[in-house]
Amino acid sequence: MAEKIQGVFDSAAGGKSIIKKITPFLYILPAFLVMGVITFYPMGYQVWMSFTEYGIKNIRVDAPLPNFVGFKNYINILTTNLGLSSFNFWRTFAFNLWWTFSNVIFHVAFGIAIAVALNTEGLWFKRIYRIIYIIPIIIPQIIIANIFRNFFDPDYGAFNQGLQLVGVLFRLPPEMFHIRWIDQLDYPFPNIPLTLSYFALLITNVWLGWPFMTIIATGALQSIPKELFEAAEIDGATAWQRFWRITLPLLRPAMVPAAVYGIVVTFNLFNLIFFLSAGGPLRQTEILLTVAFRLVNEQRAYGVAAAFSIYVFLILLGLTLLTNYITKATERYDA
Amino acid sequence: MHNQQSTPIQKLIQKLAINTGAGRKLSLFQQLGLQLFLGFIAFSVLYPMFWIFSLSINPTNDIRPKELVLIPEGATFDTYVEVIKQPTPNPVSFSRLAFNSFRLSFGTALASVIVGVFAAYAFSRLRFAGRQTLMISVLTVLMLPAIATLPALFVLLNKVVFGAGKDLFNLRNSLLGVGVAVLSGLLPLAIWNLKGYLDTIPKELEEAALIDGCTPNQAFFRVTLPLAVPALAVTGFLGFMSTWSEFVISWQFLTKPEDFTLTMALYGMVGQFAGQTPWSKFAAFAILVALPVSLIYLYLQKYIVGGLALGGVKG
Repeated sequence: MAEKIQGVFDSAAGGKSIIKKITPFLYILPAFLVMGVITFYPMGYQVWMSFTEYGIKNIRVDAPLPNFVGFKNYINILTTNLGLSSFNFWRTFAFNLWWTFSNVIFHVAFGIAIAVALNTEGLWFKRIYRIIYIIPIIIPQIIIANIFRNFFDPDYGAFNQGLQLVGVLFRLPPEMFHIRWIDQLDYPFPNIPLTLSYFALLITNVWLGWPFMTIIATGALQSIPKELFEAAEIDGATAWQRFWRITLPLLRPAMVPAAVYGIVVTFNLFNLIFFLSAGGPLRQTEILLTVAFRLVNEQRAYGVAAAFSIYVFLILLGLTLLTNYITKATERYDA
Repeated sequence: MHNQQSTPIQKLIQKLAINTGAGRKLSLFQQLGLQLFLGFIAFSVLYPMFWIFSLSINPTNDIRPKELVLIPEGATFDTYVEVIKQPTPNPVSFSRLAFNSFRLSFGTALASVIVGVFAAYAFSRLRFAGRQTLMISVLTVLMLPAIATLPALFVLLNKVVFGAGKDLFNLRNSLLGVGVAVLSGLLPLAIWNLKGYLDTIPKELEEAALIDGCTPNQAFFRVTLPLAVPALAVTGFLGFMSTWSEFVISWQFLTKPEDFTLTMALYGMVGQFAGQTPWSKFAAFAILVALPVSLIYLYLQKYIVGGLALGGVKG
């Protein structure tokens, strides 16, 4: 106590011990007050909700508190006992992971390839290309999803019509390309449990995702000194060798965090899937978040949804830590 | 492109390309190969945009176009007029929906930046006990998509009720409630983005101000904050963009058509009755929703790239 008073005197006299100590907290205070009320408190409340059978009858102001059911919600989710037809937690989880990695690989590969092509010295129309290539990032996903849903239409869609045109060259009948991209339930590859709607989503999301990687790669490419390439060329390295030995290793420090970011975004890519395939057919392209939304919006099973969200949180935490671990492990290579 | 010898075209090319002439020249063969590749990519990006534009001026409203004709027969902007008058069967005008979307996006973006900048400054410049823990707590929330906290926010905001009978105000069923839920995710994003920007402002400027007799608070308000204005604008705009196309929370919360946002109305057109979707109206509506924000984005593009890399994790 005596010290504190001394501190105040100090600060009044031009010293700053106490003031200096509490100033940071004054800066922090507004944000954490707000977050405390609208973020952290709901998160804590949700943990409690997940152990109850919180339902539609409990949401009124004067409604009784829901029954405490322990881990019932958590067990029901894992044993697929939710009243959602043809939903299986493990299949959705596995699909969600496969969806994420299959997308991000294409994003990074296309992103780098296009960035390298775009950064070629003496290329014409660079600026025009750069402006055009930003478009997929800025259009709201509900619009993109609905445009592509039309492109995948079996009768009038651009994809089937394009395939028919190509097919004519090989004398294939146009009826062959009456592909039901979105609602065909049979797997196109008999042993791989992925429906055509997965491939439709993949095509759309590759269209959507590469420009971000190109932007990041372009930034990194421009910071690589030209002399490196010139020296390698003088030493007789081919363009292919220069790409693998110089460009790619030097892009790595920028691309790894971008890929980690891409993994989190793609794992959570609710909008595109919800608006394009709506998880169909028969929940074959459902990801964890679309199911979580259905539990709240359609089932109104708030307790179950809370437990489901906590699984999502834990899975995301694991995914982030894992990707961070891999990133750190590969960092040494660059240093 | 065909006759690259002529001077006017060369001049045009020089204007369009960022650096020509410097370094060695591409052979014509390489140049054409790259143009073919990049041109194809540009075509694949632009095709959907042409398609939706062509659809929006197509007078045969409810039929999907069978092929791409940039200007369809009998092209008309009537659809736009119709959409602006009343986009959905609900008796709500376009301007009402746009005003709702704008209020929501602008309000949450502004609040996130104003509240966030102080915390961002503390994380960026000040050293204090618990800094690490607090930063991790912000990052953890940042990782969570909006849907992951939807059950609790829905239930809790539903219990905030004022008045009774006809004048009953339920915070959940209002734009203000949606704003609260949106801000819950947007604020950590703003803090993290702004911290990233503030880290790039040289510390020496503040130190110089302190030597000249400023208090630390004055140094913040008079030196750092004015320098951070562009960063505040960009962070605010990114928040605006993400709320502009927000769907999950508003769809879950709002039931009164006069509160609906543009995204909700868009989904209402195509949602469950895809067979009868008025596609030309949808297309015109989509363009009206996306175009203004996209143009601002393109204008601000060079400032945004860094922020995109940091933020936007929220779904």
